[in-house]
Amino acid sequence: MRFKWPKILQGVHPRQNKNTVNSAIFRLRGFDSVSIPLDMQIGSGCESLVKKGDPVEIGQKIGEPLGDWSVPVHASISGTVKSVKREILSDGTHVEYVNIESDGKETVSAEVSPPEVHDRAGFVAAVRASGLVGLGGAAFPTHIKMQPPPGKTLDTLIINAAECEPYITSDHRICLEYPEQIIKGIMLTCHYLDIPTAVIALEDNKRDLVSVLQAEIDKVKGAPDYPAQGISLRVLPTQYPTGAEKVLIRLVNDRIVPEGGLPADVGVLVQNVGTIRYIAEYFETGMPLVTKIVTIDGSAVSSPANLEVPIGAAIVEVVEKSGGCKIEAAKVIMGGPMMGVAIDDLSRPILKHNNAILMLDEKDAALPKEIACIQCGRCTRACPMLLMPTTLDMAARIQDCEKLNRYHVMNCIECGCCTYVCPSKRYLLQNIRIGKTIVRQTGKS
Amino acid sequence: MLRVSSSPHIRDNSSTQRIMLDVVLALIPMVIASVFIFGWRSLLIYVVSVAASVVFEALSRIVMKREQTINDLSAIVTGLLLAAGLPANYPIWMVVIGAFIAIVFVKQLFGGLGSNFANPAVTARIVLAVSFATETSSFSVLPQYAPQSALTAGASQLDLVTSATPLGMSAAEVPSTLDLFLGRHAGSIGEVSIIALLIGAVYLVARGVIDLWIPLVYMGTTVGLITLVGGDPLFHLLTGALVLAAFFMMTDYVTSPTTVVGKVVFAIGGALLTFLLRMYSSMPEGVSYSILLMNILNPHIERWTAHKTIGGNYGKKRRQVS
Repeated sequence: MRFKWPKILQGVHPRQNKNTVNSAIFRLRGFDSVSIPLDMQIGSGCESLVKKGDPVEIGQKIGEPLGDWSVPVHASISGTVKSVKREILSDGTHVEYVNIESDGKETVSAEVSPPEVHDRAGFVAAVRASGLVGLGGAAFPTHIKMQPPPGKTLDTLIINAAECEPYITSDHRICLEYPEQIIKGIMLTCHYLDIPTAVIALEDNKRDLVSVLQAEIDKVKGAPDYPAQGISLRVLPTQYPTGAEKVLIRLVNDRIVPEGGLPADVGVLVQNVGTIRYIAEYFETGMPLVTKIVTIDGSAVSSPANLEVPIGAAIVEVVEKSGGCKIEAAKVIMGGPMMGVAIDDLSRPILKHNNAILMLDEKDAALPKEIACIQCGRCTRACPMLLMPTTLDMAARIQDCEKLNRYHVMNCIECGCCTYVCPSKRYLLQNIRIGKTIVRQTGKS
Repeated sequence: MLRVSSSPHIRDNSSTQRIMLDVVLALIPMVIASVFIFGWRSLLIYVVSVAASVVFEALSRIVMKREQTINDLSAIVTGLLLAAGLPANYPIWMVVIGAFIAIVFVKQLFGGLGSNFANPAVTARIVLAVSFATETSSFSVLPQYAPQSALTAGASQLDLVTSATPLGMSAAEVPSTLDLFLGRHAGSIGEVSIIALLIGAVYLVARGVIDLWIPLVYMGTTVGLITLVGGDPLFHLLTGALVLAAFFMMTDYVTSPTTVVGKVVFAIGGALLTFLLRMYSSMPEGVSYSILLMNILNPHIERWTAHKTIGGNYGKKRRQVS
């Protein structure tokens, strides 16, 4: 008999800090200008369809995809293009930005109309045309996920509502406020992609969602396009990183995504709950992805909130409009505190895959001093992928590519559990990331 | 200016200093028991050993022009564990030499905390036992806890009297099981009182500093093997350095494996050596030698028992590539 990995999740339990769980999503409008990067996804970005001085309207396509993986980019406010220029993105790369100055009218483009879809190819094309990428944080293009490699079929759709990162509640609020859209998105996806089973996975700190979502499921039961094996709810223990794709598939389906593989390799399609909701919205209204629901929180923020903001709005303006800071922020994170990216400048724009903006005060932003590793093994016990973080850390420090490969550095999901638990406060994940870069540059394992 | 750094941006509130403090706190019951069983002379040994360890740690960092590390409290732990393995009337200057060997030779010359290949206290005890065989194996105890044969006429009530340890006594003189458990007999000052050590061990487990894999497997295997060849399990569990080593020395993070399988292999290996040395060797210090040998094997055990990552390809294809 083949040995099967136990379904126990190694991981950590950081303080939840879900302060905004009762803050309803507030639509923030009235931005004087936005600056929309033409590359906010995994894969190549877009080239600009507009030039300085062009008038644009909400939903108008302003970026034409460059590759098979790219999705178009749309204007999120109406007004005039002020400039199209290359600037640095929050992840450090240089991309083209379209700056739009608002005319204050918020006119919607005539291009915007609900798509008409009859088959699988049409559905995937429509999803791509909406500009949709994975909204959970990774920005993996959704239409690519929906096309499994030849020879593979998708049999399960997992809706990721785990939201295991501290602070963030945007997915929680989406489930509470748009349950019918979520179910509709699931039905559309399952129908067109021929997926018989759908599972909504959430952590048990969101038990209030069970009744809300179950009521919506009951409403559509028996409908002609209801998935053959049904839609079910799966409540998982609250633990970080339950919501990491590979971890979630193991917990829900007991399937192991092979190293370097994708969920499609084991017949699973994982969609963030925000992504699946947006699919339903797009098929209702035809409005491309031009807004994003984000949580604003952190020790420096005066009023934590959940906001729907235009993509491309400057973070500094979003924070000011939502109540501002009570003290100067020392560190600003795009995303959650475990996996988010610390940004260098508050004028950076809100991106498609932003799900939170965290403003941390001096105390929370303090960088601990690293001391010698005492080999306590806490990182090894915390790693959800059963890697050996200290071994990888040491190998990366001496750039030992062979050892990095031998210990499977590329299977690291960068969840940060190892660094979180380290009593010697070592920057393990930082070095493991360097190790992954070394392996990528030196060639395949 | 905004601060940027690699994620994660939050850390838990553990610290190496706190772990070392927990070990020191867990060793306090042992120190108190020593004073009851061996008088104030034993406290002097603890104080000298800890003070010398800290001073040598500070001095060696200064001489090596490295950042000062006495704040991590690991030198205090080493000092306490070194003293725990010595007899009550041990010459003070020898204690200082022991601390020098532990801190300077075994720990700092190899790079300090985290880089030592063996447990400093255990290695120093072995060096002392080999260098000063008579002093290191001449055990004593307060007269009220010594067997009748060890008492000489005219000795005052507060003087230590020399006595064999239970492992070296004739069957008729062996103290009761309760006395063994409480530690009322001659021996190294830290290893005799099983109850004091267990109180500390419970604290360490409750604080999550150690888990029970190494101690239970080590003690279980040792006692099991001894029983197989006809030894008394309870007697062997309660005598010698077995319990002290199981909870406080074998579990030293730096010199023991990190994975559960590794810990079990490490503990079984240590138990085999302890069994052989205790039952068939003429030398004392069986437990110390077993720990030292397993410490040396630790990097290999760690490599053999490394976790295999979930979904990792360990199959044929991989071997052909490399």
